[in-house]
Amino acid sequence: MRPKEQGLYLPEFERDNCGAGFICNLKGKRTNDIIHKALDILIRLEHRGAVSADGKTGDGAGILIEIPHNFFKKVCDFDLPEFGEYAAGMVFLPRSKNQLNICKEIFEEEIINQGLNIIGWRQVPVDKSCLGSIASLSEPNVEQIFIGKDEDTSDEVFRAKLFAARKIAEHKIYSSNLGEAEYFYLPSLSTKTIIYKGLLMPQDINIYYTDLNDPDLVTKLALVHQRFSTNTFPTWDLAQPFRYMCHNGEINTLRGNLSRMKAREELFESEIFGEDIKKIVPVTLEGKSDSASMDMVLEMLLQTGRSLPEAIMMMVPEAWEKNPSMGDSKKAFYEYNACIMEPWDGPASIPFTDGQYIGALLDRNGLRPSRYTVTKDGYVIMSSETGVVDVKPENVELHGRLEPGKMFLVDMVEGRIVGDEEVKEQIVSKRPYRKWLNKNLLPLADVPYTGNKTPVEPVDFKTRQKVFGYTIEDIKTIISPMATGGKEAIGSMGTDTPLAVLSDKPQLLFNYFKQLFAQVTNPPLDGIREEIVTDISLSIGEDKNIFDITPEHAQKLRIQNPVISNEDLDKIKYIDHPDFRAKSISILYEIEKGLNGLEERLEQIVLEIKKAVDENRNIIILSDRNVSDKLAPIPSLLACSFVHHELKKHKRRSSFGIVIESAEPREPHHFALLFGYGASAINPYMVNEIIYQLSKEGEIEEQEPDVAIKNFNKAIGKGIVKIMNKIGISTLHSYRGSQIFEILGLNKKFTNKYFTNTPSRIEGIGLYEIEKEIQKRYKRAFTPPETETGLDLEIGGDYRWRRNGERHMLNPASVAKLQQAVKQNSYKTYKEYSNFINDQTKNLMTIRGMFKFKQLNPISIDEVEPWTEIVKRFKTGAMSFGSISKEAHENLAIAMNRLQGKSNSGEGGEDANRFTRDANGNWRNSAIKQVASGRFGVSINYLSNAKEIQIKMAQGAKPGEGGQLPGPKVNPAIAKTRNSTAYVGLISPPPHHDIYSIEDLAQLIFDLKNANREARINVKLVSKVGVGTIAAGVAKAKADVVLVSGYDGGTGAAALTSLRHAGLPWELGIAEVQQTLLLNNLRSRITVECDGQLKTGRDVAIACLLGAEEFGFSTAPLVASGCIMMRACHLNTCPVGIATQDPELRKNFKGTPENVINFMYFVAQELREIMASLGFRTLNEMVGQSQKLDMDHAIEHYKAQGIDLSNILYKPNIDKDLPLYKTQDQNHGLDNVLDFDILRKAHPAIYRKEKMSLDFNISNINRTTGAILSNEISKIHGEAGLPEHTLELNFKGSAGQSFGAFATRGLTLNVTGNTNDYFGKGLSGATLTVKKPEEATFKSHENVIIGNVALYGAINGEAYINGIGGERFCVRNSGAKAVIEGIGDHGCEYMTGGRAVILGKIGRNFAAGMSGGIAYIYNPDNNLDNNNFNMEMIELEHVSNDDATELKELIQNHYYHTDSEVAGHILENWEENLSKFIRVMPIEYKKALQRMEEEKKKEENLELKTA
Amino acid sequence: MGKLRGFLEYERKEETTEAVELRVKNYKEFTKELDTEELNHQGARCMDCGIPFCHSGCPLGNLIPDFNHAVYQNDWKKALQILHSTNNFPEFTGRLCPAPCESACVLGIIEPPVSIELIEKYIVERGFKEGWIVPNPPKNRTGKKVAVVGSGPAGMAAAQQLNRAGHEVTLFERDAKLGGLLRYGIPDFKLDKSVIDRRLKIMEDEGITFKPNTHVGDNYDVEELKAFDAVVLTGGATQRRGLPIPGADAKGVVQAMEFLKNNNQVVDNLKELSPELSAEGKNVIVIGGGDTGSDCVGTSNRHGAKSVTNFEIMPMPSNSRTNQNPWPYWPFTLKTSSSHEEGVNRNWSISTKEFIKDKDGNLKGLKTVEIEWVKGKKGERPQLKEVEGSEKEWPCELALLALGFTGPEASLSQQLGLDLDNRTNIKADNDYQTNIPHIFAAGDMRRGQSLIVWAISEGREAAYHADKYLMGESKLPTKGNGDLPAA
Repeated sequence: MRPKEQGLYLPEFERDNCGAGFICNLKGKRTNDIIHKALDILIRLEHRGAVSADGKTGDGAGILIEIPHNFFKKVCDFDLPEFGEYAAGMVFLPRSKNQLNICKEIFEEEIINQGLNIIGWRQVPVDKSCLGSIASLSEPNVEQIFIGKDEDTSDEVFRAKLFAARKIAEHKIYSSNLGEAEYFYLPSLSTKTIIYKGLLMPQDINIYYTDLNDPDLVTKLALVHQRFSTNTFPTWDLAQPFRYMCHNGEINTLRGNLSRMKAREELFESEIFGEDIKKIVPVTLEGKSDSASMDMVLEMLLQTGRSLPEAIMMMVPEAWEKNPSMGDSKKAFYEYNACIMEPWDGPASIPFTDGQYIGALLDRNGLRPSRYTVTKDGYVIMSSETGVVDVKPENVELHGRLEPGKMFLVDMVEGRIVGDEEVKEQIVSKRPYRKWLNKNLLPLADVPYTGNKTPVEPVDFKTRQKVFGYTIEDIKTIISPMATGGKEAIGSMGTDTPLAVLSDKPQLLFNYFKQLFAQVTNPPLDGIREEIVTDISLSIGEDKNIFDITPEHAQKLRIQNPVISNEDLDKIKYIDHPDFRAKSISILYEIEKGLNGLEERLEQIVLEIKKAVDENRNIIILSDRNVSDKLAPIPSLLACSFVHHELKKHKRRSSFGIVIESAEPREPHHFALLFGYGASAINPYMVNEIIYQLSKEGEIEEQEPDVAIKNFNKAIGKGIVKIMNKIGISTLHSYRGSQIFEILGLNKKFTNKYFTNTPSRIEGIGLYEIEKEIQKRYKRAFTPPETETGLDLEIGGDYRWRRNGERHMLNPASVAKLQQAVKQNSYKTYKEYSNFINDQTKNLMTIRGMFKFKQLNPISIDEVEPWTEIVKRFKTGAMSFGSISKEAHENLAIAMNRLQGKSNSGEGGEDANRFTRDANGNWRNSAIKQVASGRFGVSINYLSNAKEIQIKMAQGAKPGEGGQLPGPKVNPAIAKTRNSTAYVGLISPPPHHDIYSIEDLAQLIFDLKNANREARINVKLVSKVGVGTIAAGVAKAKADVVLVSGYDGGTGAAALTSLRHAGLPWELGIAEVQQTLLLNNLRSRITVECDGQLKTGRDVAIACLLGAEEFGFSTAPLVASGCIMMRACHLNTCPVGIATQDPELRKNFKGTPENVINFMYFVAQELREIMASLGFRTLNEMVGQSQKLDMDHAIEHYKAQGIDLSNILYKPNIDKDLPLYKTQDQNHGLDNVLDFDILRKAHPAIYRKEKMSLDFNISNINRTTGAILSNEISKIHGEAGLPEHTLELNFKGSAGQSFGAFATRGLTLNVTGNTNDYFGKGLSGATLTVKKPEEATFKSHENVIIGNVALYGAINGEAYINGIGGERFCVRNSGAKAVIEGIGDHGCEYMTGGRAVILGKIGRNFAAGMSGGIAYIYNPDNNLDNNNFNMEMIELEHVSNDDATELKELIQNHYYHTDSEVAGHILENWEENLSKFIRVMPIEYKKALQRMEEEKKKEENLELKTA
Repeated sequence: MGKLRGFLEYERKEETTEAVELRVKNYKEFTKELDTEELNHQGARCMDCGIPFCHSGCPLGNLIPDFNHAVYQNDWKKALQILHSTNNFPEFTGRLCPAPCESACVLGIIEPPVSIELIEKYIVERGFKEGWIVPNPPKNRTGKKVAVVGSGPAGMAAAQQLNRAGHEVTLFERDAKLGGLLRYGIPDFKLDKSVIDRRLKIMEDEGITFKPNTHVGDNYDVEELKAFDAVVLTGGATQRRGLPIPGADAKGVVQAMEFLKNNNQVVDNLKELSPELSAEGKNVIVIGGGDTGSDCVGTSNRHGAKSVTNFEIMPMPSNSRTNQNPWPYWPFTLKTSSSHEEGVNRNWSISTKEFIKDKDGNLKGLKTVEIEWVKGKKGERPQLKEVEGSEKEWPCELALLALGFTGPEASLSQQLGLDLDNRTNIKADNDYQTNIPHIFAAGDMRRGQSLIVWAISEGREAAYHADKYLMGESKLPTKGNGDLPAA
């Protein structure tokens, strides 16, 4: 089956996303047709799936239908009881006959053990001819089993017995040593449903399973799914649907959910299962996908007596925590269940069925599309896209969509759809949850303060600070800003200090951990703008048996912000309450005993806790208070994680909550780690003391210590939200225990014991060295010099270079030498510089520093390709015009164009006057145009002028976060290029709102390829564990280039902790990508690029040997242009005119293109020398030849001794002839794009600007309509496009995704029907209209007509939409005017310009981060409240007379284009209805408009005077 | 840290000085104090760079951005703590240092750099004024004895550091008063000698034993050093470079050091000014354009010289940095000292060919020739070439030779049996240890003639290594890596 762990590839990081859907008959009528329609749905969603390198093997697809009783009666050679009286199971079995028999025997035995009888087995007929080679290799034998039920067995008991038999058999077989044990798998075993699935393409399901073609096969419902896994090691069992559900999305919290599930199993008790319960666990199996695991837990929850919708609500609750308008009983339900289970969090559209009901649920953020149609002839069709089943307009009863957190259910008995409110109302009113909570749940705020106080410590403050490694920098740079402003400190440029494991300074254990983050397969979240879905409250206490549902389950202590003050800790420590009993456990060890003492103490702690728990304590406080000259602190993270894991082994973990009382944590990263490894509350008492002192001594502005401490706790809370959001998690409840980190530099022995299940791929130090570091700090603290004349604490130097601080790669010497070299064009001086960087035998900094070249095979340097060829592979990094000055930005472009390399626009757009060459021959056009989440200036003309288009999925300095440009840098010129408001700071959303999963990325790649067919599409990723898998997905999504960035890359602004703690070095990323692509046979299809603090030819050589063929540089060329690492980019005060927009400072820019060219030349030259020594004539020959590298054993660093780089150098065992670099182009599948039809017919309009009108049919497989057309127009007419309404195109049907994307001026695109997601993406001047067909009888303003994320990044143009849109309408609209009849949540988010008129409902969080443009909302019932708006940046006003004209005109246009009923109604009674409009006005925008008005007046006055 | 945009708001300010005609009448320091607010502003100009090149350019590793910030915040006590953590004697460097920190200051790329040296002086003077600088003897004594030979800035620093580590320190000085070149090489108008005495008093109170008039290897037998567990040699590089040309024996050809030392003793009321070492009424020519030469100029003017002329063999440097001499390296640009301001005729690319004597052997003039520097072949130094027909004669009764030093005097190293390096300095590599394990060397004696700031730095580092040698490890601070390399 799938490859085992090898090299850097870890199978557990496979991810999948997909298309899903169902169809059912409302009345429960069974037909054969449903099956074919369902399979049609899949075929129409094929573009959402992926194909492997063999071109035939899909990532898996399947269909769930009712048990076809009559069909089985026909085909089985044994008698079957009545429908419902037996269970049918679909069974995957080993390929070898004898192993197959063994599995069957074991299974049969367990069935018999349960007292059930086996009716018979049926061999399932299959047609293997359709299988791809990869699928064939792992094809199981497929049989069906039929199991009978006794008359006196209830349905419930029968179900439980089937479950038990299957589970026990699975455990037995998987734990056997059978070589093909993994093949044993039951897609389904049920009395109601059966699943046909496999590694198949959608169109092959019924070819492979010939059963499906039998006309006797009937069902009332069918659930279908097809998978897009990010790599190509999909397996048969992971195809979907699963037994009760399928899933489009990704569960980010999986690790935590699984681990908590394991803990819960400690308490399992059930009457139905009796003793068998012990054999059923573990509920979840190792190594299954997130969706499969979720299904397994869901299945188990159904055995507890919960209904399917109830269990799903429990697992995927909507965002109730901050929703003031939610009914109390529902809130109580969620709050109660939060005491039992944490959310399974992540993007998720989950269709589910138990054969009786069929329904679907959407995640709290609404991150997956789920459209449905109800037909008048009684069908309900739900799927990721609309238009997947042809339905005549007159047959449509309703077009709807699932909304965030909402559920809908088809009750086929009653023959109706049960809406969200009704389903949930039934469930939440079943038990008196509020009463239970009131009685049992205890908010920390309500705990009385007993007056008991933690005693003051005898050891003086300074000594204790030293023990815990505090530096002056920690206090100044990290703690003070949080205590003062309640916000994390911001920094800039990347990080260039050694990895923790290579540092000479004693490191806190936290520093060996790197945060993981979302890219591509799931989106990071936006905790700033979409705060309403986030929550950091936690509850502490003991868990109860999940098979019961009792009031006592709610006996928990609830903490709003689990970063708690000393006072709150005292409340917990000395709590006097019958339900809560706290116990403090000291995590100090005897320093004298050294390593043994530490190890012993850890074991003791576990025993002490076990004892405490047995004595009924349910809150354990791990405390490092009272260090002394004898007792030293165990790292709090070590203690916490060990306790968390070890008590699970003792089966006590669910009985208590962990509270950390520690002097160690000070940064958000530290807290995130502690929560991530199981803590429920943290009291950073040392920070409290420090802040108290700062405040008292007037060192910070906030003079009230309590307020300052609160500020700090708040800032940490926010920081944690950000860290959770990076990986796409909304609630701390789910994040707790999820250990979403990668370890860098700790050995396996250590991590397996203390941080089980956390990846650590290059080994490193262990407990011995950790203890040694504690000793070092400890000794320094307790044995001060005889005369203390120095500073109280060490100076620091992690963020700003200091001699005695941490080493930096960019330091006075290296910067001075580099600048000297490029100025004097001295290769000799460059070599001095590069030697500082390259020679790390004494001063280890990086992983690459530990390599040496081997297998030398010197050739003459003259044989090596010339430097002029090599520099064509060089690029400068994505630095936006905005983050850096015009001068610096253009300087890089000119230099790179001269070299025929590539510069990168960055995400700030680009002035069109740079697209053509200057008279003096300079070309200021950036060859690479970046498309980032802010979509600043991403117009068709911008895209058309690119040689390469880069989609920034993540940035090394702050993966999982959006860019930020501080207000002072947004001067009018920048604002113009970005279509935003001058001096209003800009934040890009953390996610691309059109990429929440891999198939969305494929769509964006397709969009951009349409927008410019000559440009390569480049996807920028950041190195992390699993990046190889993602890169494979990116390759399958048809990107031409994948860029892997190191974590240490620069930035104009990011939180300091993001700079250091998120992401990994590129050495790991490039190597993993190379290995995984090779394993998948995808390497030849995609170019691999590397960047992240590449500084020398040696760096490039190593990147190349590990697998990269193109190379990006940012910091170094900036330094060559004069950057002196001021690290003030975010402050706009760059003294050398690079990272500033201040006109005075910009004058200081002295860089020249020659400086940059010299640098590139030097690097290429150094690279050529290395190539010559290794015997490579060309770079292509060199790519991926990792055998030329070895670990340099000359390195003496004691911490580096344990590092093992062999995984990085690993070369998969593949066919020798497989190319190691890109050799073939991707097939982008553009041939059938509708635009080519249009182009053929629209010649007169495009070339001669003649007015034309053309008609076309359209369906959901016609994607990105209008982009190729617009690209062609742009190429001829540039930004101006065609005159207004030159070419009118009328489409009939359901348009596919990205309809009208980047459509340019002069086009009018009309759809009669409906459209899918990303309507009008990047609209560049065209007019788009969508209207309901005349034959349709439904009301437009009650029906969904376009999908999610419409008009994202629209720049110009108009859109008139005769119906309701989805979530995130007009996000980052910067100039388009749109009228629509209703929208979902987060409307007009980040909007910076244009107009949005909404003639119907708006969801929640409207106008979050909206800094420009105006929105008008028709509110006839006056029912909007604060919950609907995010008021941070806007004001709500009445429409003034000035605006009324504009508004009326827009509504008139709408009416004109769409015959909108609502518009007609409003216009009929305009004067009266005008007063029912709300004007949403961004505050800053208003000020800007006023300023402009005043300036205009001033000018006029001036003119008057001078006249 | 620092004030955001402070560097755009405030300009660099220097101390004003007393008018030339007034100040040359005495030997007092002649700068006028700046007010506190102005100093806060000067501190605010610091940009708190991500890479503070100043901190690298300073051989002591002074935490410049950190004390600048404290000064901006008007927290002088903290500033002093920061400054003292790396520099034992900011009152010397604050007055006398050529401030390589300022030439490496990032602000210097675009504007006059932060006035770091000035700030340094004010921090320490504030400390003395407020009484914050008090003796700080060690809590415990180690029982180890250390001799420090030579009481210049290197010796003083080494002694104070070793004493702080708890060792019993004896500081030897061959002259009557401690301070070495600080006391005898630097004129009072640049460093009032009470500044040295003030610091010595503190050191004495901290428990350091002073042995003036004790010339180790001369009137103190090196054998006696055996009583010490470690010895740190900081005797300087006092071997003066001569000018072996015709007439060099003329009366009136005087080594600058002799001239300056004598004058310092005169100012200190230890002796009378003898006519042969006085410049009064004479045409004085100072040969050598360095700092010592400049001190000779200032002193000669105070003597009442008839004329003061300065010769430098190298060409006149440019006014600003050239491409070959980029920031942040030491700038070889034209420097005009306060002594130059007081009146001097400066000449470059000039070589002295002969001292002309009268019949009594008294100097009466100099013969010179103009020279040019011809670019050598690749890898070779530029060659000196005389310009034909450029010979000239200069009237001169006092010629002061400020040609630098060639190295330490040989006798001590010979007596102790120490290895020398190829520049005749005592060989003591990175750990300041000589070939005799318990003997350490620092300052000019190890590195050759250099700056006061280097002397203090060397003294501190040598103390660290000596302490480490004695105790196995040292808790004394070291400056760490990061010295700015040469271009």
